[in-house]
Amino acid sequence: MTQPKINLSPPVSDEIRQTTCYMCACRCGINVHMTDGRVSYIEGNRDHPINKGVLCAKGASGIMQVTAPSRLRAPLRRVGPRGSGAFEEISWDEALALAVSWMKPLRDTAPEKLAFFTGRDQSQSLTGWWAQMFGTPNYAAHGGFCSVNMAAGGIYTIGGAFWEFGQPDWDRTKLFVLFGVAEDHDSNPIKIGLGKLKARGGRMIGVNPIRSGYNAVADDWFGITPGTDGLLILSLIHCLLEAGKVDLTYLSQFTNAPMLVIEEGPEKGMILKNADGQPLVIDRKTGQPAPWDGTGVTPDLGAVWQGQRTVFQHLAERYLAPDYAPEAVADRCGIPAARIRSLAAELARVAFDEAIELPQAWTDFRGNAHASMTGRPVSFHAMRGISAHSNGFQTARALHLLQIVLGTVEVPGGYRLKAPYPKPVEAHPTPHAVATPGKPLGGPHLGYVRSPEHLAIDADGTPLRIDKAFSWENPLSAHGLMHMLIPNAHAGDPYHIDTLFLYMANMAWNSSMNTARVMEMLTDKGPDGDYVIPRIIYSDAYASEMVAYADLILPDTTYLERHDCISLLDRPISEPDAAGDSIRWPVVEPDRDVRGFQSVLLDLGARLGLPGMVAEDGGPKYADYADYIVNHQRRPGVGPLMGWRGAGDDEGRGVPNPAQLQRYIENGGFYQAHVPQEASFYKPWNAAYQDWAVKIGLYDAPQPYVFSIWSEPLRRFQAAAEGIGPLQPPDHLRARLRQAMDPLPSWYPPFGEAAGAAFPLHALTQRPMDMYHSWGSQNAWLRQIRGRNALYVPTKVWDEHGFCAGDYARLSSPNGEIVVPVAHMAALNENTVWTWNAIGKRKAAWALDEAASEATEGFLLNHLISECLAGERRITNSDPVTGQAAWFDLKVRIERVGPKEQSEPAFAPISRVVPKGERRP
Amino acid sequence: MHPAPSVILFTVLSGLGFGMLAALGVIVHPYGWTAFVLWGLGYGFAVAGLLASTFHLGHPERAWRALSQWRTSWLSREGIAAIATLVLLAPMALSDWLGLGFGRGLGLIGAILALATIATTSMIYAQLKTVPRWNHWTVPVQFFAFALTGGAMMTGQRGLALGLLAVLACALLAHWRFGDGRFAAVGATMGSATGLGHLGRVSVFDPAHTAGSYVMREMIFVVGRKHAARLRVLALGLACLLPAVILGLSGSVLACGVAVVVHLLGALAARWLFFAEAEHVVGLYYGQRQ
Amino acid sequence: MTCLPARTDKKLGLAIDLDTCVGCNACVTACKGWNDQGYGAPLSDQDPYGADPSGVFLNRVHSYQVQAPDLAAITVNLPRSCLHCEDAPCVTVCPTGASYKRVEDGIVLVNEDACIGCGLCAWACPYGARELDAAAGVMKKCTLCVDRIYNENLPEEDRQPACVRSCPTGARHFGDFADPDSTVSRLSAARGAVPLFPEMGTKPVNRYLPPRKKDALDASPLAPLLDIKTSGFAGWLDRLLEKF
Ligand SMILES: Nc1nc2c(c(=O)[nH]1)N[C@H]1C(S)=C(S)[C@@H](COP(=O)(O)OP(=O)(O)OC[C@H]3O[C@@H](n4cnc5c(=O)[nH]c(N)nc54)[C@H](O)[C@@H]3O)O[C@H]1N2
Ligand SMILES: Nc1nc2c(c(=O)[nH]1)N[C@H]1C(S)=C(S)[C@@H](COP(=O)(O)OP(=O)(O)OC[C@H]3O[C@@H](n4cnc5c(=O)[nH]c(N)nc54)[C@H](O)[C@@H]3O)O[C@H]1N2
Ligand code: SF4
Ligand code: SF4
Ligand code: SF4
Ligand code: SF4
Ligand code: SF4
Ligand SMILES: [Mo]
Repeated sequence: MTQPKINLSPPVSDEIRQTTCYMCACRCGINVHMTDGRVSYIEGNRDHPINKGVLCAKGASGIMQVTAPSRLRAPLRRVGPRGSGAFEEISWDEALALAVSWMKPLRDTAPEKLAFFTGRDQSQSLTGWWAQMFGTPNYAAHGGFCSVNMAAGGIYTIGGAFWEFGQPDWDRTKLFVLFGVAEDHDSNPIKIGLGKLKARGGRMIGVNPIRSGYNAVADDWFGITPGTDGLLILSLIHCLLEAGKVDLTYLSQFTNAPMLVIEEGPEKGMILKNADGQPLVIDRKTGQPAPWDGTGVTPDLGAVWQGQRTVFQHLAERYLAPDYAPEAVADRCGIPAARIRSLAAELARVAFDEAIELPQAWTDFRGNAHASMTGRPVSFHAMRGISAHSNGFQTARALHLLQIVLGTVEVPGGYRLKAPYPKPVEAHPTPHAVATPGKPLGGPHLGYVRSPEHLAIDADGTPLRIDKAFSWENPLSAHGLMHMLIPNAHAGDPYHIDTLFLYMANMAWNSSMNTARVMEMLTDKGPDGDYVIPRIIYSDAYASEMVAYADLILPDTTYLERHDCISLLDRPISEPDAAGDSIRWPVVEPDRDVRGFQSVLLDLGARLGLPGMVAEDGGPKYADYADYIVNHQRRPGVGPLMGWRGAGDDEGRGVPNPAQLQRYIENGGFYQAHVPQEASFYKPWNAAYQDWAVKIGLYDAPQPYVFSIWSEPLRRFQAAAEGIGPLQPPDHLRARLRQAMDPLPSWYPPFGEAAGAAFPLHALTQRPMDMYHSWGSQNAWLRQIRGRNALYVPTKVWDEHGFCAGDYARLSSPNGEIVVPVAHMAALNENTVWTWNAIGKRKAAWALDEAASEATEGFLLNHLISECLAGERRITNSDPVTGQAAWFDLKVRIERVGPKEQSEPAFAPISRVVPKGERRP
Repeated sequence: MHPAPSVILFTVLSGLGFGMLAALGVIVHPYGWTAFVLWGLGYGFAVAGLLASTFHLGHPERAWRALSQWRTSWLSREGIAAIATLVLLAPMALSDWLGLGFGRGLGLIGAILALATIATTSMIYAQLKTVPRWNHWTVPVQFFAFALTGGAMMTGQRGLALGLLAVLACALLAHWRFGDGRFAAVGATMGSATGLGHLGRVSVFDPAHTAGSYVMREMIFVVGRKHAARLRVLALGLACLLPAVILGLSGSVLACGVAVVVHLLGALAARWLFFAEAEHVVGLYYGQRQ
Repeated sequence: MTCLPARTDKKLGLAIDLDTCVGCNACVTACKGWNDQGYGAPLSDQDPYGADPSGVFLNRVHSYQVQAPDLAAITVNLPRSCLHCEDAPCVTVCPTGASYKRVEDGIVLVNEDACIGCGLCAWACPYGARELDAAAGVMKKCTLCVDRIYNENLPEEDRQPACVRSCPTGARHFGDFADPDSTVSRLSAARGAVPLFPEMGTKPVNRYLPPRKKDALDASPLAPLLDIKTSGFAGWLDRLLEKF
C-alpha cells in the first residue's frame, strides 16, 4: 500500500486583518485570519515590535474569547433588587438617556458625587480627560491596586519605572536578576528576552518565594521571605560599598550623589541650592561650588562644604552600617549570608569585570563629548512581588539605587527606558481635585506630588477624593486607590457619593480586597431605604460577577469589534529604540446590540455638554472614538496617535490626518518612531535624545535631569512629620510618615506583620501565564488548562500538618477564613503558601455551569485580605507612601480539614444575564 | 486502563465463543438439534463478542478496514482469524446439525484457527509495552485458559473442564503474581518518563490540565489495592473454585449450567480486573505512580 | 500502511529546551488554534462551559518538581506531544493502516478517512500523544504541522509548526535530526539531549534539552576595601575616592 497523498499546501484563509490583541494589557500585534467572513485563526504579527510574531496562551486562543457565550448582548436596566440579577434589555437611547438623567444633575450641583473608575483601561487619556471635563475629582484607573509602588518608586528615583516602561537590554545583558515577577504586563517581551538571554548563555537569577514560571528557568533561585526584598537589596548595596564596587563616575555625573544636603534649620534635609534655586555641586577641579549641569564640571562625591555633606556620604554611611551586613539580615530574609555575599560579588564581577564598550560617540547635557558608551551588562526587573507590600515603594527605590550604584540604568547591557520615559518627576503634572459645579476640573486628576501643598485635601486636612488619594494617609498616590473606592463610598468616609461609574473592573469579585464584604457594601441600604451607593453604572463586555451589582449596564464590544488607541499619551507600545503606538479596529462587526465604550463615553459627554465634546452646532464633536482618535488634539499638533500626521509624513507633531487610521491598518496597526543611534543610551543626559524627544513631541523643551538617590519630595513630607513647615499631618500619621518618607531608600517590616505569631505564614497569589484575571475562564480552551486552583503548601508545613493529596485546609487571617484544596510544592519558601490568582469564580458567572470547577473547588484569597489595617481608624491596607494595595502583606494560619468537594465561602449562584454556554461555536 | 464494558464483553464473550468452537471442532461431535444449540451458542458468543468490540469504535461502519494490516497489527490478524474461523467451521456446524457427515479435518483446521483467534486477541494486549502488566506470557496463557475452560464447560466436557479450571486458576494466579511486579520490572518511572530522573526525585507540581482528557479517561484508572484484592478473591472463586465444586458434585445439565453462569461471572470480574489493574506508563506523566 | 518504512529520508522533529520553557502554555493553544482549522477534523471540545469540560489537545505542558538531597528543589516545565518515534508502536498496531509514518520526513500521521477510532494506537503510545476526538470519532495527534511546514501559501519563514512559531521563549526548535548540522542536531549534541521513556524502545525523534545546572552561584565574596571599623568612614571614603 502506498502512503496517502495529502495536501501539503492548503489555503490558510481568505484574508488577514492585522490588529492588536487584548486578551491582556501586553498589546501584541496579531494577524486575524478571516475565512468566509468569520475569524478562523489568530497568530502573532512578526513585524510587531512587542511580540515579533509570538503569542501567549491567551492571545492564541482569542477566538474563544470573541465567541464566548458570556458576551453581553444589549444594554440592561436593573428591575429587581440589586444583586438579584433581574434586568431588562433596553435600547441604547434609553440607556444613554437614563445615564444622562443621573449624571447631569450631579455635574450641575456636586460633580464629586460621580465617581468614575476604570480597570485595565487602555484609554486612560480619554477616560481621564472625560472625568476632568465632567468636573469630578473622583477618577482613577487600576494602578492603585496594581503596581503604583513600581511606577512611583521608579519615577521619583530614575524618572522611569519597571512595569512596562522599560526593559533590560536583552541583546547585551549578561546577568539578569528578576525580583517578584510571575508574568507582568510585558508578558511576551519578557519571555522573548529570557529566550535571547538563555540562547546567548547569559545567566538569570530569580528572587521570589516561589519557584515557578520564570523562576523555574532561573539559574539561581533566592527563595526570599516575602516583604524582605528591601533588606536584601540594601544588604547587597552594603557589600558593594564595603568593597568599593560602585560606579563612581556614573554616580557623580548622572545622579544627585554629589549634591549637598542641608544639615540644619528649616531646610534640613533639602538639597543645597543657589539663589536661582539650582542645586550645587563641588567641582573636583576647583573645590568650589559649581552648577550641577555646568559644562566641564566634575562633581566631587566626597565634598564637604560649609558643614554640608554630599548625598553620597549620607548614602555610604547609612548602608555601611552593620544593620545591613548580610549576617544581620540573613535570617529575616530567609537567605544565608554567604548567598547574599556571593550574589553581590557576582553583580560586581559582571558589572565591572565584564563591562562592555559601544563605539558610539555621544554628547551629554553638560556639553561634554564622550567617545564611546560604557555598558554594565547587569540588569534587573521587578514587579508586584516587591510592590504589593506596604513597604513596596521604598523597596522599589532600593532596587533602583542598586542599579544606580552599579551604573547600569540607561547603559548598554543594563536597564533601558521606553518613551515617553525617561521623564523627571518635575515634568509630571500635580494632582487636581477641587470640584466646581458645572465646571471642568482645573487639570488632570493624577499626578506626582512634590510637597504637602500638592495634596488633595481641604483646609482642615479632609481628603477631597473619595479614595483619599493624595492625602496624608498616602501622599504620593499617583494612581489613586481604586481598592478603597467602594469601602469609602459605603462608609461615607470622607463623604457619600451618588453614582458609581465603573468600566472594566470586576470589583464585586477578584479585584477587591475583602470580597465578601464588598458584595454586601454594594447591596447595603441606608436608613432611608435607598442603597448606600445609590446608583451604579457599569460597562463590561462579559457576564462578570460585577454585572449583577449594577443598575445600568453599558455592554462593550470585544477587542476585535472596536477601535482602540494605544497612545503615547497613555501606555504606549514603545521599545527602548523606538517610540511606538498602535490601534485596534473592528476586524469583525458585532453581532449584538453592543457599542464600544469609548464611543459611548464621547456620546455621553456630548449629551452632557462637556467641554471639548460638543461641536459648535451643539451636536457631538466626535462621531465616535475613531473620529476622536484622528481629530482630537491634546496640545496643538499632538494627538492620540503619533504616526502619519499632517499630510501623512509628520511624526509626533502635525495636524490631524483623515487617512491616519487607514495608514495604521495598512502598516499592521502600529507606528514606530525610531530613536537615533547616538541617542539610544544615556537618554536622560544625552543631548541627542533630548532633542529627538522634543522633535517628536514627547516634551516641549529638553529636560535633562539626574537620578534622585536622595528624594526631596519625600524629605518634604518627612520634615512635615517632624513638625517642620506650615502644612502638618494629623498626629496619628506622624510616626509612619517619618518612617516611610525617608529620603534615602529604606526598609521597614510590612504592616501585615502586625497580625503576630498567630498567623505565621505568608500567603501570596501569582498570575497564571495562561489566564487573565477573571476573564480567562470564559475561554473554552484556557479553562481546560486551568479550571481550578489549589493552595500550594511548602514541604515543611505539608509534613507538619500531615496533609495528603485531595485534602482541604482551613486558612485563616485576622480578616476571616476560607476552606480550600491544597497541593504540595517543593520549590517554595518554607513560610509561604500561595495560589493562582482569580481562578475561583462565582457560581453561574461567565456563562459557566453552576457546578463548574472554577466555582466549586476554585477560590479567591481576597476574602482574607482586609481593605483596612486593624485598629479604630479606617486606615487603608496600603503602602503609606503611594496607597498601593498591600495584597501580599497577608499573613495566615493553616489547619488540615481533610477531603471535601466545595471551597468555602460558597456563595449562592448569581442570576444569569446571558444564557449558560452550551456548545463551542 | 479504563475497564470499558464493551471490551470486557468482547474479550469474555469472544473467548468463550471461540473456545467452544475449538472444542466443537475437534473434541465434541454433537449432532442434530444438540449440535444446532451448541454450534449456535459458540457462534453466538463469538459474534456477540466481535460485535461488542465494535461498540467502542469511533467509526464502526469502517470496521472492514481493520482486516487490512495483518502484517503488523494483531488487531487486524484477530479480525481475519475470527472471520476465517467462522467461515471455515460453518460447513462443520451444518454437517453436525444436518448430519451431512463431512470429515472432521475441517473441524480440526477450524479449531486451530479458533485457537489462533484467541491467541491474536490476547496478543492485542500482550504486545503493549506501554502496559507492563499485560506485556507478559501470562496474558496469552490466561486467555487460552479462559477460552478452553469455557469451551469445555459449555460443551459439557466435565472431566476436561475440571482439569482446565485448575489450569485457569494457576494462570490467573500467575498473571497476578507476575503482573504485580511487572511495572517495576520494566523500569518505567517518572524519571524516565520525563527524562529528569538523573536530577533527582520527580513529582508533579502543576497538572498540565485540570479538565478531563481522552488519555486520562482511557489510560488512567486507579483501583484501590484493598478493593482489587477482594475482587481477585471473588474472581478466582467465581471463575474457578465454585464451578469446580459444582461440577465436582454433579454432572447434571443443571449443575453444568449453574457452573457455567458462575464461571462467566467470574470471568467478567477477572476481566474487569485485567483492565482496571493494568497501569499504562502514561500515568507517570500525571504522577500516578512514583 | 502499518509497516514502518525501513528508513526515512529526513527525521523531522522538535528539540524542546527545558532550561528555557517557562510553562506558559502558548504552544498548547497555538497548536489547538491551528489544528482546529487545519489538518483533518476540528479538535472538538465537549461540555466546554460545563462542569466537566473535555477536549482534544495535541500538545500539553506539564510542570514537575525535582528534589535532590542537599539541593534546592527545582521546577521543570515539560511540553508533551507526539515524538514521531522511529519505532512507532502506534503505527504497527493500527489495524486499518490509518496510522503511518511518512517516508519523506518520518512524520507520524493518521489518515482520518481510514481511521475506525479503535483507540489501539493510543494504548500503544507511551507518551499519551494521541487523543480520540469524541465528535469526529477519529484519532488525533500532532501532525508536526505537516500542513504548515511545506505550505506554499505561507511565507517561507512561517513554514514551521504553529507551536514553534508561537513559543515566546524560543524553547521549541524544529528541524531534521537526520542532518547532523541542523540546529536541532547541534543543540541536542551540545546539551546532552535526552529521549523520553527510552526503555519503551520507541526511539523517539523529538529530543528534550535538560535543564542546566541550577543554584551553582559561587562567586567568591568581595574583599572589603579596608576594615571600616578601625579606619572609620573617612578612611573608607578616602580609599574609595582614590580609585576615581
Ligand atoms: N488576591 C489578589 N487579588 C488581586 C491581585 C492579586 O495579585 N491578588 N491583583 C490585583 C490587580 S494588580 C489587578 S490589576 C486587579 C485586576 O482587576 P480587574 O481589572 O478588575 O480584573 P479583571 O478580572 O481583569 O476584570 C476586568 C473586567 O473587565 C471586563 N472586560 C474584559 N474585556 C473587556 C472589554 O473589552 N470591555 C469592557 N468594558 N470590559 C471588559 C471583564 O469582563 C472583567 O469583568 O486584581 C487585583 N486583585
Ligand atoms: N497572564 C497574565 N498576565 C498578566 C496578568 C494576568 O492576570 N495574567 N495580570 C496583569 C496585571 S494587572 C499585572 S499587575 C501584572 C502583574 O504581574 P506580576 O508582577 O508578575 O504579578 P503577580 O503574579 O502578582 O506576581 C507576583 C510575584 O511576586 C512574588 N512575590 C510575592 N511576594 C514577594 C516578595 O515579597 N518578594 C519577592 N521577591 N517576590 C514576591 C510572587 O511569588 C509572584 O511570583 O501582570 C499582568 N499580566
Ligand atoms: S501577552 Fe498574550 S494576551 Fe497579552 S496581548 Fe500579547 S498575545 Fe495578547
Ligand atoms: S509519540 Fe506516540 S503517537 Fe507519536 S510516534 Fe511515538 S508512539 Fe506514536
Ligand atoms: S484509532 Fe485509528 S489510527 Fe488508531 S489504531 Fe485505530 S484505526 Fe488506527
Ligand atoms: S507541531 Fe503542530 S501539531 Fe504538533 S504540537 Fe506543534 S503545533 Fe501541534
Ligand atoms: S510556548 Fe514555549 S515556553 Fe511556553 S510552554 Fe510551550 S514550549 Fe514552554
Ligand atoms: Mo494589575
